[in-house]
Amino acid sequence: MNALLEVENLVAGYGQTEILRSVSVAVAEGEIVSLLGSNGAGKTTFNHAVAGTLAPRGGLMRFAGKDRTGAPTTQMVAEGLIQVPEGRRVFPNLSVRENLWLGGYRRGSARRTDNLARVVGIFPRLGERLTQLAGTLSGGEQQMLAIGRGLMAEPRLLILDEPSLGLSPLLVEEMFGLIRGLNAEGLAILLVEQNVVQSLEIAARAYVMENGAIVASGSAAALRDDPALKKAYLGM
Amino acid sequence: MNPRLVVLWTVGLLVALALPHAVASNAWLNFWINTLMFAALGIAWNVLGGYGGQSSFGHAVFFGTGAYGTAVLQIKLGVPALLAAPAAIGLGALVGLFIGGVSFRYGLRGSYFALVTLAFAEVFRILVSSFAFTGAGFGMLIPLDQRPINLQFPSRFAFYYAALALVGIGLAASAMIERSRFGAYLVAIRENEEAAKALGIDVFRIKLGAIVLSAALAAAVGVFYAQYLLFVDAGSAFGPAISVEALLGPIVGGAGTMLGPLLGAIALHGLGEAAKAAMGPQPGLNLILQGLLLILMLRFLPEGLIGAIRRWRGHA
Repeated sequence: MNALLEVENLVAGYGQTEILRSVSVAVAEGEIVSLLGSNGAGKTTFNHAVAGTLAPRGGLMRFAGKDRTGAPTTQMVAEGLIQVPEGRRVFPNLSVRENLWLGGYRRGSARRTDNLARVVGIFPRLGERLTQLAGTLSGGEQQMLAIGRGLMAEPRLLILDEPSLGLSPLLVEEMFGLIRGLNAEGLAILLVEQNVVQSLEIAARAYVMENGAIVASGSAAALRDDPALKKAYLGM
Repeated sequence: MNPRLVVLWTVGLLVALALPHAVASNAWLNFWINTLMFAALGIAWNVLGGYGGQSSFGHAVFFGTGAYGTAVLQIKLGVPALLAAPAAIGLGALVGLFIGGVSFRYGLRGSYFALVTLAFAEVFRILVSSFAFTGAGFGMLIPLDQRPINLQFPSRFAFYYAALALVGIGLAASAMIERSRFGAYLVAIRENEEAAKALGIDVFRIKLGAIVLSAALAAAVGVFYAQYLLFVDAGSAFGPAISVEALLGPIVGGAGTMLGPLLGAIALHGLGEAAKAAMGPQPGLNLILQGLLLILMLRFLPEGLIGAIRRWRGHA
């Protein structure tokens, strides 16, 4: 498989604080990879550095074989690396349709219409609520909207930051089913999650992050019994 | 556009065209010229503060640049008004580019951005009142020479229609914002800047575009002000009163809506005149009333008159 995203020895942080100390992660075309770690491990910082909202201090990032270290978000989005940020971040006072359109403006208007139809096909509940304000949606629907908005940009790689955060167990189940479905259609996904059990169920491979460094990686099946994973989460 | 809207807009335009002739009095004409001028300034503010959510407390800096720009170019450099006016608007846009470039590059938002714009306006006011070249403390008189090339007209009606045209240009700009990708991005930034960034929106450039457009429109109003009064002075062109005028109309009428600033300006100035008629021209009374109205609006109608109308129609 061709490597789509290759991150090597990435260093990043805010102000005096270095949060990521040499992180290496790779995602191949069509692959679904999970990045696991407890709160404060540095997952969101990693996301920001990869998506271009935070300038990395060291290391290398390649996307589709080209060096994109420190490239701005506008460029990464144009090239198909789309981040669905943590906490859903929909625009509450805009309608569902306006939210979706905002994700797809950089593709022409004909493709935007096609993409909207496709997203509504994947999330029929959004289709029923196109004129409703996004802020009036339930938590699960808002998460669907955030993902749908990401899909409007025609991603090659979708980075999902904590898509299960704040959802009921039943909805988490549904959400992971949807993510698996997207991947089945060939979309590469980097799933950044605290929810270990379910992430490992749908991911092919996974990385475990602790204190800004990768402490374990491998196939999802092998990681499930890895003591490093328990240590990263429970501090044992 | 649906036919009902076409009818409404046509009626609105006809009313606006006939309005100055409805009552044959100078006071009536002056009232509408003033109201439309400040409506146009509010519309300019609304581009950045309403659609973009970047509340400026110093729009006088753009207004004043337009007013002083046209005055200085004519008086000191002998440029005819017809050329001085667009140059002054360009200068206003440049000042916007500079203030926006500095503030947005360093991520200033909310009250910090408001304070920085206020500071810029004050600095301009002090600078302009310090140099003889800009008339120092006396201000500048544009020599009376009523010819169209000087943008001076013997009839006040001409100024009314010029002010109406400014409002029209501002409304057209607002309508384009509401229908364009630029406008959608601008609103997204107002709603949630972090999420907008994650979508790949170039937040800095969009904000910069908004402040430049807003500044150019405000400078155009400043040019009008100078040509209408043929006199500019630092206190009234760059003073905080202008900055307050710029934001009060949109907030009362409905920030981030196309017609809100116009509606707000008419309501505010109408109320001011009514107060004067009822209680005599005590100085400062209209300011007290405006302050009171602003407090009440923010408390009870945070979405402004347009928001209230929408809600009422929603219930009806």
